[in-house]
Amino acid sequence: MLTVFLAVLRRDLLLSWRGRADLLVTLAFFVIVVCLFPFGVGAETNQLRAIAPGVLWVAALLASLLSLHRLFAQDHADGTLEQLLLSSEPAVSWVAGKVVAYWLTTGLPLVVAAPGLALLFDVEQGALPVLTFSLALGTPILALLGAVGAALTLGVRGGGMLLALLILPLYVPVLIFGAGAVEAWLGGTGATAHLLLLGGGLAGALALAPWACAAALRIAME
Amino acid sequence: MTNERMTNPDNPPGRSPTSWLRFAAPQQFYPLAGRLAPWFACTAAVLTVVGLYIGFFVAPTDFQQGEVYRVIFIHVPAAWMSMFIYLVMAFWAAVGLVMNTRLSFIMSQALAPTGAMFCFVALWTGALWGKPTWGTYWVWDARLTSQLLLLFLYFGFIALTRAIEDPRRADRAGAIIALVGAVNVPIIYFSVQWWNTLHQGASVSLTKAPSMASTMLAGMLLMSIAAWMYSIAVALWRVRALILERERHTEWVGEVLEAEGRAR
Repeated sequence: MLTVFLAVLRRDLLLSWRGRADLLVTLAFFVIVVCLFPFGVGAETNQLRAIAPGVLWVAALLASLLSLHRLFAQDHADGTLEQLLLSSEPAVSWVAGKVVAYWLTTGLPLVVAAPGLALLFDVEQGALPVLTFSLALGTPILALLGAVGAALTLGVRGGGMLLALLILPLYVPVLIFGAGAVEAWLGGTGATAHLLLLGGGLAGALALAPWACAAALRIAME
Repeated sequence: MTNERMTNPDNPPGRSPTSWLRFAAPQQFYPLAGRLAPWFACTAAVLTVVGLYIGFFVAPTDFQQGEVYRVIFIHVPAAWMSMFIYLVMAFWAAVGLVMNTRLSFIMSQALAPTGAMFCFVALWTGALWGKPTWGTYWVWDARLTSQLLLLFLYFGFIALTRAIEDPRRADRAGAIIALVGAVNVPIIYFSVQWWNTLHQGASVSLTKAPSMASTMLAGMLLMSIAAWMYSIAVALWRVRALILERERHTEWVGEVLEAEGRAR
């Protein structure tokens, strides 16, 4: 089971590395969305500082939503997914491998880039570790929940918009606790409670989402 | 495969010992739904008239809010129903996945539009109620926000089941998203409440429940039961339409339609 996980993880990482331009597009999207906000709301420093955590989190949410279709589409098109489903290995192990590879290639760059972008909004430097940590805990939840939605909408017409409609309401708690962690730290109450809840959410998603995702893939390929 | 055999029109399940489970076959359920639906609809109509009469003419005027509060007789039943229908929908989705019965999926899909409608009615009447009492159509209160998210969950379910062509896949995919949604509803509600207490403070308190006059309570309960009856009637009619659509290639649907055509 672990060997399948590692093999799929390695394969997906290798494939992403071969097409690394795609990954940069996700990152560029994140950066551009974040940079649009000052044009929209005005460059007043206090205001920017107030909206920074929310803006960064919403941008991370949209960036991971837009890259979700890549998770299974390629394998669906060339038949790999069918072969994986036919194999005797438990589907959960390779689904988990794919999601982890997906997070490493799209979620992790956002986590790394976020502190730099936060400086553009003049966020207090002490809050940057909290921001990074909240994103590091929250983006895997986005990837896990998104994988279920991506599997459900696989090959469906209008899949992209449908995916957004299905998944974005489910992302709301992550957004609340993620952005809330930074704001709580800035407000002086400490971010521990928010981060613990995010960690709990991650544990819950890890326990449930791969199974739901595997079931959804089976339905999609029937 | 057992499912196919159970609902195969060539092999009527009526022969099996009389058990209510035989109504799990669409062919058996179709006439039953047709017989039951008008009764529920009539009950709903009568209760609505009585409930609205009590609500608008008998119940006393609220000493704080005046006549405006009377929207409660539509608002609260709609909000209750919208939440309850989502649970029922998820229940039928789970039954469908576990027991592999097509009728359960049809039932959950038939309930969704009614749930979304009640959700919208609750938001709409809430906005109309909010303007005179709070001075604004919308506040980002925990209840309002989670109701809005519930509406989005309904839209997602409806959109997914309509977008997938193959009914078998649509059924199952819809069932999974209904269950994922049902797991998330308490999380969403809790998180929104948490967020709300941090941002808003208690500027608007919805929880101040003044001791209610018994006529008010009676009107509200009557309207709630009316909403139940309405939901059941509409869901049954929608189930009938869905069954006909799905089974249109079978012989029995042809016979039923011919018989109905003759009756007209």
